[in-house]
Amino acid sequence: MENGWQKQYSLRKFKEKIFLWSVFGCTAIAVLPLLLVISHVFIKGIGAINLDLFYKLPTPVGEAGGGMGNAIVGTLILILLACSVGLPIGILGGIWLAQFGDGKRGLFVRYAADVLAGIPTIVIGMFAYTLIVVRMGRFSALAGGFALGMIMVPTIVRTTEEMIKMVPRSLYEAGLALGIPTWKVTLRIIFRTAWSGIFTGIMLAVARITGETAPLIFTAFNTPYWNLRLDQPMASMTVTVFNYAISPFDDWHAKAWAGSLILIFTILGVTLLVRKFSRRVQYG
Amino acid sequence: MMQIMMQRTGDAWFRTITFLFALSIPVLLLLLVIILLGQAMPSISHSGVGFIFSSSWDPVKELFGALPYIYGTLISSLIALIIAVPLGLGAALYLAEVSRSKFKEYLAVMIELLAAIPSIIYGLWGIFVLGPWLANYVQPALRSVLGFLPIFQGPASGLSMFSGGVILAIMILPTIAAISREVFQSVPNILKESALALGATRWETIKLAVFGPARSGIMGAIILGLGRALGETMAVTMVIGNRPQISASIFAPAYTLASVIANEFAEASSGVYVSALVELGLVLLFVTLIVNGLARLLIWKTVGKSNTL
Amino acid sequence: MDKLKEKIVARKLNAWFTDKQALKEINMNIYENLVTAIIGPSGCGKSTFVRCLNRMHETVNGARSSGDILLDGEHILRSGFDEVVLRRKVGMVFQKPTPFPTMSIYDNVAAGIKLYGRFSRHELGERVERSLKQAALWDETKDSLDKPGVSLSGGQQQRLCIARALAVKPEVLLLDEPCSALDPISTGKIEELIHELKKDLTIVIVTHNMQQAARVADFTGFFLLGDLIEFDVTKKIFTAPVDKRTEDYVTGRFG
Repeated sequence: MENGWQKQYSLRKFKEKIFLWSVFGCTAIAVLPLLLVISHVFIKGIGAINLDLFYKLPTPVGEAGGGMGNAIVGTLILILLACSVGLPIGILGGIWLAQFGDGKRGLFVRYAADVLAGIPTIVIGMFAYTLIVVRMGRFSALAGGFALGMIMVPTIVRTTEEMIKMVPRSLYEAGLALGIPTWKVTLRIIFRTAWSGIFTGIMLAVARITGETAPLIFTAFNTPYWNLRLDQPMASMTVTVFNYAISPFDDWHAKAWAGSLILIFTILGVTLLVRKFSRRVQYG
Repeated sequence: MMQIMMQRTGDAWFRTITFLFALSIPVLLLLLVIILLGQAMPSISHSGVGFIFSSSWDPVKELFGALPYIYGTLISSLIALIIAVPLGLGAALYLAEVSRSKFKEYLAVMIELLAAIPSIIYGLWGIFVLGPWLANYVQPALRSVLGFLPIFQGPASGLSMFSGGVILAIMILPTIAAISREVFQSVPNILKESALALGATRWETIKLAVFGPARSGIMGAIILGLGRALGETMAVTMVIGNRPQISASIFAPAYTLASVIANEFAEASSGVYVSALVELGLVLLFVTLIVNGLARLLIWKTVGKSNTL
Repeated sequence: MDKLKEKIVARKLNAWFTDKQALKEINMNIYENLVTAIIGPSGCGKSTFVRCLNRMHETVNGARSSGDILLDGEHILRSGFDEVVLRRKVGMVFQKPTPFPTMSIYDNVAAGIKLYGRFSRHELGERVERSLKQAALWDETKDSLDKPGVSLSGGQQQRLCIARALAVKPEVLLLDEPCSALDPISTGKIEELIHELKKDLTIVIVTHNMQQAARVADFTGFFLLGDLIEFDVTKKIFTAPVDKRTEDYVTGRFG
């Protein structure tokens, strides 16, 4: 044995111990914010949760009570609008990528989707503003829905392509061998087989846009009234929480926490459910 | 015969329609760049290069200098990286290489869930919980230990560059942790065993056999985190203090590109003002595109490498 | 054959992967300065056996073992024994060549040495040279020591890995199918090397190639489904096996 090997070895063991404890510490610290945010939102939000919150309109400053029923409905409408933009592009585009996208054109589309995924959502909001708000002359649910729809596209394209490619080739060939045309095989057999996976992707994308604020503040804007017209400004949970949060009123702060509580439980709930579900799809 | 013809046309239609939808993705992207570029044109000719290098922003006098916003965006993202990189890599190492606990999958899910929490909720939490806590405990502690450095001087404030950086760190932590965990796991097991078989401890194994092949993938994860931080809007807007200044102290309020757009875009009245805000958006867009492209290249390189081994 | 000294002794060794038993009550002696070959069809537990000898087996999730292994009379499976100390004495080379991909030839060999002490540049260089010479790789690499290890051919890479293992001066060298990814010429070189190395070390080689076992080994053990069916002098295993299953295997009737 070399000189000082014992001494060096105890130093090595000491370093190892420091390493193990510090990576464990990192993990503990990394998990902490999740627990803190959820518990704070719960503690501060639960007191302001009541039935009114879900179906009443916001009240003016200083007037107690009221709710954010219009924002809840608005968020739902915005999600539907986003889906009507994002799903056709995402799903049909994904089908094309999976079935015909092997060449250079496929690479190009895939690359564009990747780039789109990296664009800050506020920039997408600016795009929707210039394209729709400026032309219509006013903020509208349409503009907000369009921006959110664009944000959904990359996730949906990717999952659709991946899920369709996971369907065994033999299934496709079996369909073709029966004399069924390609498009029917793709839609009736392949798409249906891949659907549960694609649905997972859709739900994750919906969970994500439910929490988006930045692309809405100058597209859908906000309104304290009931509105079902798509060419008018529309309230959403996130923008409402934002306005309440930066206001100077305690009552509004409480409502911001309550709104956050509804948002966080919906979004984390959907995300967790989808994860559990998708794991089942993957392994059996 | 008739039926075969119909099949062919059916297939051709199917192909064309799906192609058009696929094509709409690059078209939208192109349209986005062109339209924003067009909108920014008046400002580009109004301010020229001074837009990037000047630091006075006064819409009334039609002075548009983006430097404080660029500075705020870069520094807050840098603070986020300084905090999130060690934590994220440490957590990734623990989850990929160290832990043999049954609970580690739950821990991984919990870290990934951080990415699912809406930005607006981080902002709310930042204003009322994190900001005051940082101002009351962390900032004084930092000042008493490192106060001789200008960046840790000045009065404590909950709404500051520092708060913005910490909130961003929490938000990019899941990105860095999840991707680098994948990168660590993609290093072939047999390499790690080779180091262990030489008598290396786990830390030495990671130094010898894991960091080398994982290097560019880790860089990719970090840069992807940076891309997230640069473009993040709401949470930062709510805690950074929104003051367009270049201050030596990170305890002072600051402002970011995304935040000024969020705050001023809906109310901007004059043509040049709107155009200047769009130009800010373009700057943000190009920086994030470059950063994300670089990240993807690095991650892709690692995955490619490990596949050939 | 009367002066055999046991280097490693396995007694009632069992090993599991989660619920699946990979080794059943193995009793076997490995003798000093000899080559012991482990043969058997895939999945018979031969790799698991050598991986128990340097406690690599336990690094796999869900893997465990029972029984005893003695190295020079010391119980290496007992918790008091430090696996780092063990692995320094018992080196290992794997199926595929595994040079550390971002390191040069020199650094690959030096990697292990550096773990065990501080050396001057000169000392380190000497030990690297000696290890490369031992692994019969010096002549081919002495002019390109700073090139990446992965730039070598497959056979050279495998000898580099042997040099890396030898550099920490092990007493036992475990070779887990070291030639399965190599061409016949490289295989021949490694077999020559094994003959040379047994002067200084005890060698255990896992192989699925019976000719190889017959060529290089003094003793051979035949494993089947986790059992050690027969263990004897190599010549006896291949010419006059006692067990019918050994005979079937070495004559190529199954496996």
